[in-house]
Amino acid sequence: MDDALIEKLGILADAAKYDASCASSGAKPRRGGKEGLGSTTGAGICHAYTPDGRCVSLLKILLTNHCLFDCVYCINRRSSNVRRARFTVEEVVKLTLGFYKRNCIEGLFLSSGIIRSPDHTMEQMMLVARTLRRDHGFAGYIHLKTIPEASPWLIEQAGLWADRLSINLELPTDHSLKTFAPEKNGGTIKAVMGQVNERIVEAKEERRRFSPAGQSTQLIVGADDATDRSVLETSGTLYQRYGLRRVYYSAFSPIPEASSVLPVKPPPLQRENRLYQADWLLRYYGFTVEEIASGGEGGMLDLGIDPKLAWALKNRERFPVDVNRADREMLLRVPGLGARAVDKILSARRHTRLRMEDLGRLSNGLRRARPFLIAADYHPVGGLTDRLDLRQRLVTPSSQLSLF
Amino acid sequence: MRPIALRDGADLDGFRRAVRRLAAARTAPEAVLWSVGAPSLFGDDAPTPDEGAPVLLPQAVGRLIETVVCHGDPERYALLYRLVWRVLNGERALLDQHADPLVHRLERLNKAVRRDIHKMHAFLRFRALPDPGGGERYVAWFEPDHHIVEAVAPFFVERFESMVWTILTPKGSLHWDRHRLMTGPPAERPDSLADDRFAEGWQRYYESTFNPARVNPTAMRAEMPQKYWANMPETAAIPALVRAAPARVQAMLEAEAAIPRRRMPEKAVAAMGRQAPDSLADLNRLILRSEPLVPGATRAVLGEGTEGAAIAIVGEQPGDQEDRDGRPFVGPAGQLLTAALEEAGIERGGLYLTNAVKHFKFVQRGKRRIHQSPTAGEVKHYRWWLMTELGFVRPRLVVALGATAALALTGRPVAVLRERGPMAFDGWNGFVTVHPSYLLRLPGEEERRRAQADFVADLRRAAALA
Ligand code: SF4
Repeated sequence: MDDALIEKLGILADAAKYDASCASSGAKPRRGGKEGLGSTTGAGICHAYTPDGRCVSLLKILLTNHCLFDCVYCINRRSSNVRRARFTVEEVVKLTLGFYKRNCIEGLFLSSGIIRSPDHTMEQMMLVARTLRRDHGFAGYIHLKTIPEASPWLIEQAGLWADRLSINLELPTDHSLKTFAPEKNGGTIKAVMGQVNERIVEAKEERRRFSPAGQSTQLIVGADDATDRSVLETSGTLYQRYGLRRVYYSAFSPIPEASSVLPVKPPPLQRENRLYQADWLLRYYGFTVEEIASGGEGGMLDLGIDPKLAWALKNRERFPVDVNRADREMLLRVPGLGARAVDKILSARRHTRLRMEDLGRLSNGLRRARPFLIAADYHPVGGLTDRLDLRQRLVTPSSQLSLF
Repeated sequence: MRPIALRDGADLDGFRRAVRRLAAARTAPEAVLWSVGAPSLFGDDAPTPDEGAPVLLPQAVGRLIETVVCHGDPERYALLYRLVWRVLNGERALLDQHADPLVHRLERLNKAVRRDIHKMHAFLRFRALPDPGGGERYVAWFEPDHHIVEAVAPFFVERFESMVWTILTPKGSLHWDRHRLMTGPPAERPDSLADDRFAEGWQRYYESTFNPARVNPTAMRAEMPQKYWANMPETAAIPALVRAAPARVQAMLEAEAAIPRRRMPEKAVAAMGRQAPDSLADLNRLILRSEPLVPGATRAVLGEGTEGAAIAIVGEQPGDQEDRDGRPFVGPAGQLLTAALEEAGIERGGLYLTNAVKHFKFVQRGKRRIHQSPTAGEVKHYRWWLMTELGFVRPRLVVALGATAALALTGRPVAVLRERGPMAFDGWNGFVTVHPSYLLRLPGEEERRRAQADFVADLRRAAALA
């Protein structure tokens, strides 16, 4: 690895760091064996954490940060004056294999600015994946970000080699897309999502490999004036209509070479955090977008408390919940009880009537759950859920997220 | 009191034998005195003669034992034996009782070991050293909290099966030579693990992927405690990154918005829109470059004939002979087609001949390659190519030979024998008839002659329509 390559790596990793969708889970277990290299274990491994607390799981780089498009929120837009660089297919392959063999990564997350044409760009990315898989027997994880304007045949070729495809929507509403990403087309992006989803479903039926870990997308929050409600509505649609595996939320962050169209401001990290919590409720806890949004005000989530607690405080009449009797669905709605704790409660209560002490061993969130529960030896006195200061008492100051 | 001495480290075998003996003698947990510390790590333990019969335990208990024996807590064997005793004495579902103090405690030990294993999978870093044999040898140093060296081996063997590597730890070592795993004694920290420059490149990557506007060292430390840092080349960069972060963000916030240096390349952006293949030759180049979307295929077989031909004939997919020659309709079915065309008075050279699926789908049986029909999904994958191809050829009539071609052209299943004749295809005047390979498969001589005559009649009708 020479100086020039290290230099390029610096530029093209820096340019890729704003993309959040870099998890490496969801692929079926697979191994490269005697002649190949690597394995996927299903769960994915975070190999390091950067000082921003986010994990390093994949080698996340751009093929190039040259771009013909001019999306204002993006540091790589054509009108930005950053240093540019470009990898060859062979260089990306070499870096991926080299870092993988040293156990630094689970695989590759490759994205790119659009150069020459969307097809040309997409084909280069596909070639990286194909070379890794076919010529090197690479069995690690590969995530390709598709270029939505590329031809369908190319995206289908990419799906043959990648574990996951993602198509970033970036902005939740068509209006924002038009304003901030004039060359992009929301319709095209969704058409590609639909196409990829169709191929994934078909391949499953026919037991073929096509993007087996599904597809994901990213939404930037805080760059436009979209409310949390509209962000979540978009996510809800994406999950339902296009079978997306994950929607990632990325707090818009100040960038060097910022465009004058956007106000520079610190990233809304707390908002990003709340959206992830809400997304979780959407996917695993049976909440609807409407219910989640109703916990906040004016379409925005409450930044002070998590969305489940916010919902519970506005629906106090549904509490307290008897842990020895309530069904799973209702237990999942108790603030402080996660899905794991709920499953443990359900299996433990077949053997015994649960008391507070037992619950303390089953859940780490008992302090917050307390006012909302009834246990064998505990009933919140005088309707604790009616106390006005309940919110105050449950809020933990979120100190570690403040920046300045 | 019954004394039981187990080896240092994770003595699963020793514990298993002890449990068998104790269970056979119905010895209660209170009557056992466990001690740990017989020296050898991966020593050879000869089975002792007084071993009892295997003890039948629920799978979950077995798995828990395997993990917890790796824990460093000297009490682990006593706790595990209490669990075994209770399970054997009526509490078979004890592990479901997560609120039971013993279960709770064991779960915590279990979790600690699993976390340690996970962190070793994650934070261990190999360095490549030149091997005397000419290749590369990978070496790592790691300091686990618990006795997990053997427990992590399967992960590394599976992942790095094709490499030669060594893992050194103060609790034992592992060596893999691409065929066999060998275990070894505890090791000292090596003085230096020089590397080609990948470690340096990795550190550069790590620095570059950090976003100073999101600095949050607390969250980082929660997942990557400082005790692991010594083994990871990238972590040397952390203090400087954290220190510089506020200033970097401040600079970004204060910077004037960038004035674009370059003019808007409207032309380039507009040109990008025109990226679809702009000629048949261009499309064919794409098809040749593309990966087959059916299993078995070796090479793409392109359409043949002139652009502007009045009739395009679309078959199913190339067969064995076509795949070898790289040309459509040259095998037995193709020869039959040529004969039928001749009989119908149509010149093959004036047609455009192609297939719905561009690759030969087959399974290998010994020396033979057995043709497989493409699935509806596979046909669909090739549809974009077929339609683009027809768009360049612009025939007056498209003739579909057989069900697969009809499916590709209409997007729906077509009963060929019933629906043969003119049919509107997606934007084309179409005509459906049988595939010549159908004629080849007919058993009776008489039947085949009649079907062949019908096929020739179809071709004549089609020619008249074009
Ligand atoms: S197309 Fe992608 S890389 Fe190019 S400016 Fe837009 S977001 Fe940035």
